[in-house]
This record gives sequence, C-alpha cells and structure tokens, in this order.
Amino acid sequence: MNSGIGKPPLLRRQVVLSGVGGQGILFLSRLLAEAAIAGGFPVLTSETHGMAQRGGVVVSHLKVGEFESPLVRAGRADLLLVLKEENVPLHLGFLSDGGALVVNAADPVDAGPRNVAHTIDADALAVAAGMPHAVNLVLLGFALARLGGSAAGGIFCGAGEIRDALSRRHGGTGSRLAASFAALDLGIAHGT
Amino acid sequence: MSGRILMQGNDAIARGLVEAGCAVAASYPGTPASEILSSIDRWRKRSGSTMHVEWAVNEKVAFEIAYTAGISGLRAAVAMKQVGLNVASDPFLSAAYLGVTGGFLVVSADDPGPHSSQTEQDSRLLAMMAKVPVLDPSSPSQAMALAGAGFELSEAFGVPVMLRPTTRVCHASQDVDAPPFHPPAREARFVKDPARWAATPAFRRKLHDLLAGKIAEIGSWTATAPIRVNPGGAPAKAVVASGVAFAHARELFGELGLTDRIALYQVIQPYPLHAAFVEHLLDSHHEILVLEESAPVIEMQIADRRRVRGRMTGTVPGTGELLPEIIERLLSLFAGLPVPDGALPPQGGGRRPTLCPGCAHRSAFYAIRKAVPRGIYPSDIGCYTLGINLGAVDTVLCMGAAVSQAAGFDYAHRLSGKQVDIVATIGDSTFYHAGIPPLIDAVVQGARFVLVILDNGTTAMTGNQPTPGTGIGAGGETTAAVDMEGLVRACGVRFCRVANPDRIPEFVSLLKEAVARSREEGVAVVIARQPCAMVTLAARGKEPGAVVIAAECNGCRHCVDRFECPALVFDETSNRVRVDEMICTGCGVCVHVCPVGAIRRESAGERRS
Repeated sequence: MNSGIGKPPLLRRQVVLSGVGGQGILFLSRLLAEAAIAGGFPVLTSETHGMAQRGGVVVSHLKVGEFESPLVRAGRADLLLVLKEENVPLHLGFLSDGGALVVNAADPVDAGPRNVAHTIDADALAVAAGMPHAVNLVLLGFALARLGGSAAGGIFCGAGEIRDALSRRHGGTGSRLAASFAALDLGIAHGT
Repeated sequence: MSGRILMQGNDAIARGLVEAGCAVAASYPGTPASEILSSIDRWRKRSGSTMHVEWAVNEKVAFEIAYTAGISGLRAAVAMKQVGLNVASDPFLSAAYLGVTGGFLVVSADDPGPHSSQTEQDSRLLAMMAKVPVLDPSSPSQAMALAGAGFELSEAFGVPVMLRPTTRVCHASQDVDAPPFHPPAREARFVKDPARWAATPAFRRKLHDLLAGKIAEIGSWTATAPIRVNPGGAPAKAVVASGVAFAHARELFGELGLTDRIALYQVIQPYPLHAAFVEHLLDSHHEILVLEESAPVIEMQIADRRRVRGRMTGTVPGTGELLPEIIERLLSLFAGLPVPDGALPPQGGGRRPTLCPGCAHRSAFYAIRKAVPRGIYPSDIGCYTLGINLGAVDTVLCMGAAVSQAAGFDYAHRLSGKQVDIVATIGDSTFYHAGIPPLIDAVVQGARFVLVILDNGTTAMTGNQPTPGTGIGAGGETTAAVDMEGLVRACGVRFCRVANPDRIPEFVSLLKEAVARSREEGVAVVIARQPCAMVTLAARGKEPGAVVIAAECNGCRHCVDRFECPALVFDETSNRVRVDEMICTGCGVCVHVCPVGAIRRESAGERRS
C-alpha cells in the first residue's frame, strides 16, 4: 500500500470524536484524516450529517491504517476525543481497554477502571483567548501534547502534521491560519 | 506528501460522474445525498467541462431534466435521497420502459438507521419494481468507480441505471487518487421516435417485453458480476454481502480468522442478480448467509430457501442499520465461533437537536403558540421540524403534507361540527417543492387554516442550498427568482402578508388576524421572512454581550422550556438563567419572551430587522 518512508507500516489507529452540532467535530475529523494521508496512511472516516448537526449529538469515526469498514466498533477505539463533557457516558463504550479519553471539561472526569482521562477546560481557554470557535483545535493540541504524535501508543501524527494540514486548508497564510495555529498552540501549552 | 486526497463518498460519486462525461446533473437536497450536486459543480469548474448543473424544485423535476438529456444522447445524472425517489417514482418507472440513448444514472441514497430520514426504505426494491439495474457501492472509492461503470452499463443496454449508496458510503471519507482529468464531450441529438418517447399502452407492452429481455442480459454483464474476494476452494459456507455491510464483513473476516474457512462474495449489482452466480453459489456451498441493507433484495433472488439465511429467515435483523457489531455477531454464529458478548455500539441518547441560536423559526413557533394556544399544528420536513421541541409541531408526514394535512384536519373536524384553528408551518424550499398543489387544492375546496411559510431564503437543514426564491444557481450564478407573495396570491389566497417573526408582539397580532380571516374566507398565508441565522452569522458575525440577564430573573424556566434557545442555559445552582456567550448570536429576540422582563439588551438598537 502507500505507507510512507519511516512510518511503521502496520500502524492502525481507531479514533472516535464526540460532541454536539456546531462544535467543529466534522472539521476536526477531516483535519486528522488529511494529516494521516499526508503521513502516508490509508484512512477511512464516517461523519454525522443532517438534523443532528442542529445542536444534537455528533460523532465522527476515524480509522487510520489498513481497514475496510468506516465504523469503529464498541470497545475498539484507541482514542476518544470528547468536545462536550455530557457525551462521555454516551460514548465511553467505544474505548478499548487502555484507550485514551481526552475531554473538554472544567473538572476531572471519571473514565472508569480501564481507561485514563485527560481533561482540559478548552471552552474557558478559548473564550479567554477570544476564539470561542476554536475549542476543537484547543482540545486537539492538548491531546497531541498529552499523548504524543507518531510514536507507538500515541496519535498517528504530531502537531507539525496538523499545522501542515491547516496550512493546506487555509492556503498557507492569513489571519484564519494564524488563529488556528494559536488555538492549537494554546492546547499544546496546556498539555505539556 | 502523497498524491492521494481525502474524499467524501458524495464527493467521490460527483467526481466519478463528471470524469465520465456527465453533461447534465440535477438534484434536490436531502441527507445523505445533499453534497453530491455541489460537488459536481466543483468538479465541473475544476475540470473546465461544460455542464448544466441545477438544484431543481423537487426530485421529480430533477429526474425529468436529467432523463431528457439521457434521451438526447448525453450522459446525465440525477441525485436524491431515498424518499426523494418516492417523489420521482412516476418518471422513474416510466423511464425504465422507454430507456435512454445516452447514459443515465439515478443516484438514490438510502439511510438505514435511519439517521436523518422518515423511512429506512431500500431504493433497490423500487429499482426491482421498475426493472432498473442497481449498483451498490461499499466505499467512496468504489462509488466513484461505479459512477463510470454505471454509465457504461446504461449505454450498453439503453436503460437507466441506479447507483444506490447508503449513509455510510455517502458520509464516509477515504483517501483516493484524484489525478487531473478531461471529461469527454458530446453533442446532444434527440432522434424523434414517438412510438417510443410518447408510447401509448400498446407500445408500452412491447417496451416492457424489451426491458425484460434487457434485464435478463444484464444478469450476465461481466463488468458488474459478483466478486469472490478470498478465492480458493469451495468451503461449505459462504457469505454474500453488498454495500457497506460487505465492508464491515471483509474487515471482520480478517479479524475473526474466517478468510480460509468461509467464502466471501461481494455483490456489486444486487439487481438483476447474476444468474450464473446464483447457480454457482448453490452448486458450491451448502450454507449461505446474506448481508445487505436494508431489504432482502439479493436474498430473494437466491432461490433455495433451505440453504440461504438472511432477513427473510429472521437470521439477520429485519430493521435498523447493520452495524459492524451486529455483523460480528452474525458471522461468529454462522462460523460456529463463540459469540462475542460485547454490547451494541453506543447509540442514541444525549442532547437532542434543536433550532440554532438566533433562528427565526423559533420566534415563529413561539408566536404561533402564543396566538393560537389550542390550535392544531401540522408541519413539514426541514429544520423547522424541530419546532416539535417547542410544542408547535403536531404532524410531520412527508414533503408538502403540512398544507394538505391542514386542509384535512379542517374537513375532518367540520364534519363533526367543530371549529378548530389550524396553523400549518412549511419552509420556503419545501413550499416550492410540494406545497403549491395542496395550496391550490385547499383554496378550491374552501379549507380554513393559516399557513405560515417559514421563509429563511435557503434550504437550511441540508446545508444551505439555494431555493427558487433566491435567484442563485447551484454554482453561485444569478438566476431568475420566484416571487413568493405573487405565487401565493396566484393560487387564489386572498390574505397574504409578509412579516418578520423576530418581532414577536407584532407577529402574534398578525397571526391572530390571519386566524380570524381564515375562519371567514378560507386559507390565510403569513410569510415569516427572516434569513437563516447560519447565513447571517457567517456574513455578519455575532454581537457578544448583547443580551444580559438582570437580577429580576426568578428561575421560572419559561424561556428555557417554551423558547428553548440553546444560548439560554438554566443554572440549577443559582436557580437562574444565564447566557452562553459561546453561542449567543445577540439577536435579542428572547427579550420579548421573559414574563418578568429580566432578559435585556445591553447594546443600543436592534441589529436585525
């Protein structure tokens, strides 16, 4: 297949992103998918569209590596990224034993006995920084810093690959790109 | 950096169509098919091809426009969601008899689950009923390939071909190769043949014979024949799967170690199922499990009932999406493996969808309940179906039914000597789609009700596609625009007023007047005109700190229960409402809602008018 040089060819990562309509779950899953492709990995995602996008529960599935099905099965996710804390009990069942839970929450979250929760108050940070729409990138930056990119056990890419993917989306320059980088860096700073 | 790009299933279908030389494409938006047409337009622009691309007023019109290009020697496609095919079923069934001279693809996207639809219906059944061959992709990349293969099949036999993706193909994304391309161009040429294109019943019978013959031949067309993905030997057991159920099964075959024990076939063309394949299947294997969504289309074409298991035998659940967890269980049972005791995937629950902050539909619904508290409220398909949360939506049947159901409620109650006030709601796009004929009917029959047309100037639910009232085409070009008030009056409605629902007190008065008038002179129409908040927000941004909650808030919950703006949050600890600054648009409509006047505008003057 099309594994890139220097990448572990058998890397397989299953990620579930959970939030509510309007939080930018779709954007985040596409960004991660584009970073995965740039890293030479095959990728499959599944998105939520339609009525749920009007503030209802929105879930994206992301599978990096050799897969056929676009859906992550219950108990199989290596990473569950939650933008709305109230969704944790709803989607915790996707996580595998030992899988990482990263949550946008003001207070510590109980992930149960088999998982570890990493929390960041991305809402408060994003509002304080004057970018309430970039909560998704704050959370992603935090997750990248906490879990590490590329290496075994971490996410399949690092902050550099995410920045590259953002640059491609925003055309390489401009204030939107700078704001996106700032949000990502804010999350990274809080995860380091 | 690899040459592969991320492509959504709908985008992949669009690219496949444009690459194959599709010259005319028409659609009406509906989840999960909505992105296909806008993607077609993007690929059109990128490839520099000459095409007619349009958002049609409804699926029937879209179908007829594309079909006609297909009988003029061109390649053409129509895209819709499965219930859209119901609307287009009249031309669909007839077009199968008449056939095409170019290539014609009907993309009908199904929604097993259903995730964002009224039904879980299987478009393949309608294809069977029409005698139209149907292709069933399992992934975005296969969907892209089948768009081209579909045109070839269509042209080889002169028939319409259906491409039937499901939500998990349309809204899956995948890395695909997308090199630059130059679509072939053709000249339109309609060859007159009234015995065919305007066939009378006598000719229809002959055309039906001809079609039946074509379907038999298509059942041996090699390009779309089933594929055994794990060749070798003839194990006792075989799994036959199509669509995304095949993708789930293929992944699970590897995980469960079934690849060397059970034969796995992918059916690409569920109808007509290849005759030689059915024979081979029954000759080679003793037990056969069929996995497909959402009706037993493949299963019913495999004759041996004792050896074939699927939905018809109750082995596979008869309703709902075939999630990979369910397929894992079915495959384990079929293979004689221990059945996993794992739970089903997390589904449902959590926050319900609601109208967006700043949405003017909310104002209209709030006003309707204020003006006509004991009314019957028929409604329709769109964002405003969420008016159900506000207690202002009593019925939702299908596109356009708000108008005919309003009339139906009037006639039914009148028979019992009852006077009920009926306030129906319908969006602008839905009104153009299917609301006009029932409005004419209601006027003619003297129905008494108020129709509120929620005119936000867009098809919001599906991603803000233009409506016939906007004067904007699929590619952003300027088109003619329909005058809604003129149209309503031309239907015979005498009371037709336009107002901004965000001015709640005035809007309540107008509704009361409309109700009074409808009792006297039949249908009264109120056009609630205010642009979609998503569009306004994107254009103007929001106004932070525009709304504040004053000390008078006594925690009565009226605003959160009856107005349900997501930006008004009830704080249980303080027993007061607070404004969620993250999402408040600053529209200030809630100021009219608080019974004690505790919600106030901070900034001077109203932004929205």
